[in-house]
Amino acid sequence: MDEHLDRRRTPGTRGAPVDRAPVDRAPVDRAPNDRAPNDPLAGTPIGRRVVLGVLGLGAVGVLAGRSLQSLEERLLHPLQTRDRTGLTQLLPAGAGFRYYSVTSDEPRVSRAAYRLRVTGMVDRPATLTLADLTALRQTALVRDFQCVTGWRVPQVHWSGVALPDLLDHVGVAPGASALRLSSFDGLYTESLTLDQARRRDVLVATSMLGGPVTTAHGGPVRLYVAPMYGYKSLKWLGQIELTDRIRPGYWENEGYDVDAWVGRSNGRGDAPIA
Amino acid sequence: MHPLRELRRFTTAERWVHRSTAALMGACLATAAVLYVGPLAVLVGRRSLVAQVHLVAGIALPLPLLLGLLSRAVRHDAHRLGRFLPVDSVWLRARDRRTADLPVGKFNAGQKLNAALSLGAILLMLGTGLTMRYANQWPLTVRTGSTFVHDWVAFFLTVLVLGHVRLALRDPQARAGLRTGAVPVGWALREHRGWAEEELGSGGGAVALDPNRAGRDTEVDQQL
Repeated sequence: MDEHLDRRRTPGTRGAPVDRAPVDRAPVDRAPNDRAPNDPLAGTPIGRRVVLGVLGLGAVGVLAGRSLQSLEERLLHPLQTRDRTGLTQLLPAGAGFRYYSVTSDEPRVSRAAYRLRVTGMVDRPATLTLADLTALRQTALVRDFQCVTGWRVPQVHWSGVALPDLLDHVGVAPGASALRLSSFDGLYTESLTLDQARRRDVLVATSMLGGPVTTAHGGPVRLYVAPMYGYKSLKWLGQIELTDRIRPGYWENEGYDVDAWVGRSNGRGDAPIA
Repeated sequence: MHPLRELRRFTTAERWVHRSTAALMGACLATAAVLYVGPLAVLVGRRSLVAQVHLVAGIALPLPLLLGLLSRAVRHDAHRLGRFLPVDSVWLRARDRRTADLPVGKFNAGQKLNAALSLGAILLMLGTGLTMRYANQWPLTVRTGSTFVHDWVAFFLTVLVLGHVRLALRDPQARAGLRTGAVPVGWALREHRGWAEEELGSGGGAVALDPNRAGRDTEVDQQL
């Protein structure tokens, strides 16, 4: 038992050779559930090494994660664009859209029943059908979609009505300086300054990824604000209201930046989307 | 051999630690799946509620073990799980572990590795998760790195948990051990001979089989 006690006094001894399996030891008298003859302090502390190893790897990952992630996206993206099974989407941090909704049910409106209301400080308030929107001048863009949580979908095809064209169609009344956009999910809202809304890379999108905007992607009509983080690109667009000042939207009330320029807001330094 | 006897394997505290850790881990994985797997996210929605549940379950995840360490039996088994004996290396290398008839202790090497990997992963997930939650306190590199690590560790942890559940599903007696605290002697001699002999030799851990206990085997399985 001397060897036994020695080990107990120096539990930190790593890799101390164990000359015999503890189960060979004769059972000793002891109370039920007391320390077993195979002393738990015997043996090599592999458990501690594994835990520390995992933590060490994790620390390296945290420090090197930024470069590792871009490497991973370069390697995975060609695979994921060709993958028809969707299996590569199960890998973490891959380059694909992730679905976020703040409501319990997926908002669903048929293409025939869809209406976009343009209200507030405009010369000619309007209620537009999908056909009305497609009758306006169409603009197509190929731009990345960057989420504030880090994922980015490269080179997405978008098309629809550029927001400045829609604003010209209804006429902006004097004094208007901002837009409040509402989703027909009844909960989500967003905001843009009038200057931001006048950019030609801000679309009222009726198609993306080479087809009509699907319900999951915010169809039949959604917003796409190319230079800003994804939460500005409101899905299920139901109403655009012209106002005299900015009213922060859903996530902005939760602390996100109102001016959500990619790479220049929310403390992030992603490559801007030009 | 000992057809009518059972061995006491886990105390109430140990079963409670395992059950609550399993429930919290299940909550973390389920909410994570809803947050990150597109079709599930479409099905469930309610993103901020799901994220809140994920956060609370994640922060609570280490608590059952920490509280459990107040129990001597939990500390004792934690020591056993952390230490590799010579038989564990033999077990890991053995081609057919069932027929090798090794004097495996209370936990085999696979269980020990699972415990250590799970603990390491839980601590990493906690650290990176809190970094992401309180993102504004940290430089961008650390935040992006934390997201990266959190994503990948989640992936491997899911594989680890699924493997653990799969092995548990194949062994009803092991599951009953975590449900009732006792295992049949025959099972113990087959799967953990070193531990069984140690318990039988001392005569301390064995209990007579009470016919009323048999009903417990039909309880709904909760520990997965």
